[in-house]
Amino acid sequence: MEYFLIIVSAIFVNNILLAQFLGICPFLGVSNKLSTATGMSGAVCFVITLATVVTYLLNQYLLVPFGLEFLQTISFILVIAALVQMVEIVLKKISPSLYQALGIFLPLITTNCAVLGVAITVVTKDFALGGAAPHMLNLGQATVYAFATSLGYGLAMCLFAGLREHLAGNDVPKAFKGLPIALITVGIMAMAFLGFSGIV
Amino acid sequence: MSKWHFVTDGFVKNNPTFVLVLGMCPTLATTTSAMNGLEMGLATMFVLILSNIVISLIAPMVPDKVRIPVYITVIATFVTVLQLLMQAFTPAVYETLGLFIPLIVVNCIVLGRAEGFANKHNAGESALDGLGVGLGFTASLTVIGIVREILGSGAVFGWKFISGDGILAFVMAPGAFLVLGFLMVLFNKYLAKK
Repeated sequence: MEYFLIIVSAIFVNNILLAQFLGICPFLGVSNKLSTATGMSGAVCFVITLATVVTYLLNQYLLVPFGLEFLQTISFILVIAALVQMVEIVLKKISPSLYQALGIFLPLITTNCAVLGVAITVVTKDFALGGAAPHMLNLGQATVYAFATSLGYGLAMCLFAGLREHLAGNDVPKAFKGLPIALITVGIMAMAFLGFSGIV
Repeated sequence: MSKWHFVTDGFVKNNPTFVLVLGMCPTLATTTSAMNGLEMGLATMFVLILSNIVISLIAPMVPDKVRIPVYITVIATFVTVLQLLMQAFTPAVYETLGLFIPLIVVNCIVLGRAEGFANKHNAGESALDGLGVGLGFTASLTVIGIVREILGSGAVFGWKFISGDGILAFVMAPGAFLVLGFLMVLFNKYLAKK
């Protein structure tokens, strides 16, 4: 039940893009076409889940026992950068077709604040789910939270890319062209997602 | 005074929010009120100036291939310094801005200025550039914060001049996108007129 709550809350109620504002730059950058949006979502999904597991273990078994929590920011970003590199090398070897499909999105993910954001969130924030007392997530919950969050990222990204493909064909006033109208569209989408608040 | 343009460039021509559209996450997330926007802008400016200075000094020594990881390490170091300073002297602000302080590490503005300016200029010019872009970012965040605070709670910097509740949506997520979108339209109009 708790896992179910984590999933619903991460995908809909606290959607990482529309409610938490993490990973907006790639969201606005690559949502012009549905195909690139799905590629990016796939890559982000993979990296967020993997990075969260690794940084969670690093924090739990290295930083906390030695009292080095202040190194969280710097060590997490280095781990993420190294992981992205590694994923790139491994994918190239094992599955060239997937590597091709993800293309330039992989290296870009290092500076996607959604990855670092989720990694820091799961080790610092106290979660209060389903009426239980606030507590730190354990490894299983952290993994599920990270995966569900990245699914929410993919959902918002693909919905928005679909909308934006339609926007491209419309006659928009000159000052609104490009990003402004995209931002206003996201604003209205975020309003729709507000409807989910209060479910969990 | 010839170097003054390094500061002013960051304000209008290279305005990080409305022209370059970088660092959107803190821009949207922390501008629930004018004060929060201002504080976030100043925190980013602190990191921006210091990392610009250090990167301009070490850039000639760093091999081209590993420069990005080196820059990120420098930036992460200053973010950690900032975190410790804020925890010590302004714990309330640190609590409000929360996650977005460590996330300055992945703010594209900071890495963008390191890569696009600091590694080609000397320390003095880089410091001025950091100051200009930092002030531009701070000003944009404060303006967005002011608009959202007026619409959302009828106040400016906590001074309430409209009684009642205001439009709650503008303090929440949708308002951030809408206000930024419409302000960008105004900025485009202004640039087109010039």
